[in-house]
Amino acid sequence: MSTETQQQDSRRSFLRSVFAACVTAGTAVIPVDRIRPATERQPTEEKPKHYVFFHPDEAEFISAAVDRFIPLDEEWPGAVDAGVVDYIDQQMGGKWGSAGYMYWHGPFKEGTPSQGYQLPLTPAELFRRAIAAINQYFATQGTPFHQLSADKQDEYLQMLLANKTTLNGVPSKVFADVLLKHTIEGFFADPIYGGNKNMVSWKMVGFPGPYADYYELIDQYGIKLDRDPVSIESSPRHRAM
Amino acid sequence: MAEKLKAVDVVVVGVGFMGAIMAKELAASGLTVVGLERGKKRWTVPEFQSPDIHDELKYSIRKGMMQDVTREAMTFRNNTSQEALPIRQWEAFLPGTDLGGSGVHWNGQTFRFTEADFVWRTRMQERYGKNFVDADLTIQDWGITYDELEAYFDKFEHLLGTGGKAGNLNGKIQPGGNPFESWRSREYPNPPMKEQYGGVLFRKAATEMGYHPFVQPSSNMTRPYTNPEGLQLNACNYCGFCERYACEHFAKATPQTVILPVLLKNRHFELRTEAQVLRVNLDSHKKRATGVTYADATGREFEQPADLVIITTYALNNARMMLLSGIGKPYDPKTGEGVIGRNYAYQTTGDVYVFYDESVNINPFMAAGASGTLIDDFNDDNFDHGPHGFIGGSYIMSALTNGRPIEFHPTPPGTPEWGKEWKVAIRRHYNHTAHMLTHGSSMPTRTNYLDLDPTYKDAWAQPLLRVTFEFPDNDVKMTQFCVDHAVEIGKRMGAKTVAGYARKPPFTTQKYQTTHNTGGVIMGSNPNTSALNRYLQSWDAHNVFVVGASAYPQNPGYNPTDTLGALAYWSVDAIKKQYLKKPGPMVSA
Repeated sequence: MSTETQQQDSRRSFLRSVFAACVTAGTAVIPVDRIRPATERQPTEEKPKHYVFFHPDEAEFISAAVDRFIPLDEEWPGAVDAGVVDYIDQQMGGKWGSAGYMYWHGPFKEGTPSQGYQLPLTPAELFRRAIAAINQYFATQGTPFHQLSADKQDEYLQMLLANKTTLNGVPSKVFADVLLKHTIEGFFADPIYGGNKNMVSWKMVGFPGPYADYYELIDQYGIKLDRDPVSIESSPRHRAM
Repeated sequence: MAEKLKAVDVVVVGVGFMGAIMAKELAASGLTVVGLERGKKRWTVPEFQSPDIHDELKYSIRKGMMQDVTREAMTFRNNTSQEALPIRQWEAFLPGTDLGGSGVHWNGQTFRFTEADFVWRTRMQERYGKNFVDADLTIQDWGITYDELEAYFDKFEHLLGTGGKAGNLNGKIQPGGNPFESWRSREYPNPPMKEQYGGVLFRKAATEMGYHPFVQPSSNMTRPYTNPEGLQLNACNYCGFCERYACEHFAKATPQTVILPVLLKNRHFELRTEAQVLRVNLDSHKKRATGVTYADATGREFEQPADLVIITTYALNNARMMLLSGIGKPYDPKTGEGVIGRNYAYQTTGDVYVFYDESVNINPFMAAGASGTLIDDFNDDNFDHGPHGFIGGSYIMSALTNGRPIEFHPTPPGTPEWGKEWKVAIRRHYNHTAHMLTHGSSMPTRTNYLDLDPTYKDAWAQPLLRVTFEFPDNDVKMTQFCVDHAVEIGKRMGAKTVAGYARKPPFTTQKYQTTHNTGGVIMGSNPNTSALNRYLQSWDAHNVFVVGASAYPQNPGYNPTDTLGALAYWSVDAIKKQYLKKPGPMVSA
């Protein structure tokens, strides 16, 4: 591991420990961006993670990849701390992963981009197949993807998105686009789906959450709404009439 | 073998907005009416209640209210040289399902088509000469005039409780309204919506530039309203979860809020849900429908005899039902002959993003489905097309229907699509970006059409609908013209960066544009070039009526629902006053 990589890694684990602490401490009333790094704070001890879909080596790749798509920074958590891996894991292990929301009759044929996804692989099969190819490739290179430098990881992801290779027969762009789409979904979806933990993405952009009445506010033009968001779980249950 | 049921007077296929209107009017006149809805029952309470209904992943991304694509998809290709493949997940357009149909998840944007729209071919030739219109465009007149429909527009808007400001009252232009609209006989039943901040900024710029901004007509209630059916609605609270969602507040005009409760109280009406109509049955001469065959949720088949069959299953599905039933000659793009599937059109939209600095809080999440501010100066035939070489146009509207962040996280051009810079950009711009929509017309061509797919089947082993579509050159020019004008307005709005995106070929099924599919079972005055006469009555089987935007010979630049409601009331009025007295063709072919 190069010095540069080590520095990046230690920086990432430092930031991660800070955000993990914020999330577990329940910072609902303290805007995350006002919390200063506490240098003396010890990283929280990580329990072994269990997934419904991902194998451990798959989770290592996915975690590293989604954290490049939405990286941790000085102010806001990245995809992993926001729970995106949990989100994707649950989607892949459930109805979505098994193509339960898609027209799933053949013949499956190669189409044009305008015709959309046409591979005979369910989303779960697509992930399993593509990640296996990626992990196999890096095994032959000697260093797994998640141990590469951030720059090298970015370079590889960019190459996948540019469709410059195939992954066990899957055009790399098909997989990489789906992965990026799921990363953004998991980051922004309601926390009931396992991502967007503690509504961090909503706090980051300023989305007040799914339930609100703006009748009195909509024409107070330019008003800055400064309140913590509410999620489906934390919303009051509404009964009309 | 299908079990034969007791005959009724009328069977309505699909219980959405139009099905509910047709059924209600006919049941009220004493006919026995059965409504067959393929989906399930659902009501404001308990199905639409918050916070659960405000689930962006479930409803916007997984399309929780839409036609079950696992059972009934469509196939698509851009042209006849390609092989059509199934649209495996909805994206470009979102046909609804279940009781109330797409009328539950619509935005409530309620525009009338204009006098010019109904006589489009005649108008274009009169104003611009015979050779101006691209010969590839198969535009037609509707066989009906605006003046004939005005009373029915009025009736539908009062059913809905539409809010707006008249721009033309009986020919007199009114301040505050749309000066380009065709005459209306009285004011809207409710006042206009509150405007969004982006709309106010747009209004100022558009006014300075000499345009004519007005508030979008909306069927999200602007005050408590009791409609002529006696149903009560509440004022909209601008929650930002309208299109793709159901309203929990009884504030959006939907079949559930404005008509279904009245329909279901009528003892002459019976609703059967989870009833998948497979075909309309015809007599041995193929000149008269004898009823329909449907499958229930367990797969049992039933034959429902009826004297009158009314098809209201959404534009694309209406065309498919006619093709599956063998009513009317299928359109052939090689010869230009045939009527079912002819003149399929869409909507040609564009987007403009106006990026402000961080001092301007746009608050995109404070929004209703129809709380836009717009100009009509570049729409329809509201300006001289002579110098521009295309027909049609778009309204340009400042509107954000929501700030739901999976769907809405705009970034300026040049921003990477992921990574640190992207993350900074989405945070920086989320609350400081206004949006303009150009919502434009779609002209039919000889080669854009609908037919049955030769390969792919639905869950009942029936062929899927095949959609063949590409944006015509005329519409590509039109949308670029309108987006260019919108960008100019954006620059005037005081933003740092303005980015315009005009739709370009190829049309893709992968990006949401609108659900305003039209044509395929069009109305007209000539049975060789239209499937329906001016009363939405099939030229081929006189006791079949097809109510949907499938009837539109081309699609103007306005949202389709208001005109559809007017046509439904017009059609059912003709059925009651003429057809029932003397069943047969109401127009001689």
